[in-house]
Amino acid sequence: MLSVDIRCDLPDFSLDLQFQVERDILVLFGPSGCGKTTTLRSIAGLVKPDAGRIILDGKVFFDAAAGIFAPPRERQIGYMFQDFALFPHMNVQKNIWYGVKQHGEAAQEMYEKLLGLLKIGHLGARRVGQLSGGEKQRVALARALMAEPKLLLLDEPLSSLDKATRLELQAELMEMQKLWKIPFVLVTHDPDEAETMGGKVLFLEQGRQVAAKR
Amino acid sequence: MFEWQPVWLSIKVALASLGFVVLLGVSAAYVMRRSEFTGKAAVEAVFSLPLVLPPVVTGFLLLLLIGKQGPLGRFLADSFDLQLIFTPYAAVIAGTVVAFPLMYQSTKAAFQSIDTKLEDAARTLGASEWRVFWTVTLPLAWHGLLSGIVLSFSRALGEFGATIMVAGNIPGKTQTIPLAIYFAAESNDMTHAGLYVLIISLLTFSLIFGVNLWARRKQPQATERGVL
Repeated sequence: MLSVDIRCDLPDFSLDLQFQVERDILVLFGPSGCGKTTTLRSIAGLVKPDAGRIILDGKVFFDAAAGIFAPPRERQIGYMFQDFALFPHMNVQKNIWYGVKQHGEAAQEMYEKLLGLLKIGHLGARRVGQLSGGEKQRVALARALMAEPKLLLLDEPLSSLDKATRLELQAELMEMQKLWKIPFVLVTHDPDEAETMGGKVLFLEQGRQVAAKR
Repeated sequence: MFEWQPVWLSIKVALASLGFVVLLGVSAAYVMRRSEFTGKAAVEAVFSLPLVLPPVVTGFLLLLLIGKQGPLGRFLADSFDLQLIFTPYAAVIAGTVVAFPLMYQSTKAAFQSIDTKLEDAARTLGASEWRVFWTVTLPLAWHGLLSGIVLSFSRALGEFGATIMVAGNIPGKTQTIPLAIYFAAESNDMTHAGLYVLIISLLTFSLIFGVNLWARRKQPQATERGVL
């Protein structure tokens, strides 16, 4: 379970948010600039909030009062960036293996399973520049999951894709969440996407939760 | 009789300077990119100073530092019985100082052009800062680094003003190509001066040309205009 209680002082307003997620999908929904991405970056450890606590499965990653701040590499939290942030100087296979700690049979099995599930088995040798938007999204998902995260953060994962691909990938993301049984925290400004994906939706405005849907 | 000695010495001095410059320039750019402190602008200015100061002034300042009466010079003489001034080591120091800003600026620009999200992605995938640097930052900054390497090497190879201040012009010991050209021309020996001019021009030209060719073959799209 992920438990978040953070405050970040941003230039225009203060982000002040409390929520918890079980092994489910939580959608953070709101207009751009409302603090969604900052929330994800805080959870991943890429920014340090000004106050509060972040706890995942009993492990304290951040506690302002106790002076605890775990760097991203110790958190085992997957992050899918808005434009996927695939490494342009590596091929698809190298990208996907980047976060693997122990190369062995188990990892090889997981790799093949992921390629099969995401239908990207034929892309291994391709360079990132030669991929379509949907392919990039799948490779980024495979890369994040190969690192065996305990939680996956997704920042507008589908916003750059066309409608048909988007619907297909929405279904895939939900499928992967069920298989991996880890919490997904997904950020979007698309109301349809929030509706489809969210087990639970938090509506944000100016850094504060204004409503919730279960 | 044409002397090859200045040519070999120049190449050795420039290579040694390059080694120091790469190490110092990349480290400085890396540290400066990641830190914010008061007086950062002043430090940046000091880093660029050897680029804008007349080399002879840089040489004069180095002379004050490593000369027999200078603080570093006296320390080395007293503790290690080591004298830098009027040795090839002084030429290496001069080459390093004058070439440093070129490596620093190229590396800094290359680091700035990297999408920080890629480094963040590596961090979330469990990579240490060391691994992020070697597997993401450095490969993506490689072209900027390469142009810095070529520029610094050429700069160190052609260094005259600072070198003559601290290393002097001792034929067979500290005489590099630029010094040999100057003193040959001064004694009206235009043939030898011209030969040295030809050699250093060919050397720098083939270096830039070769690196551009190599970079283009390695990554065709990225380097249509070459590294330099």
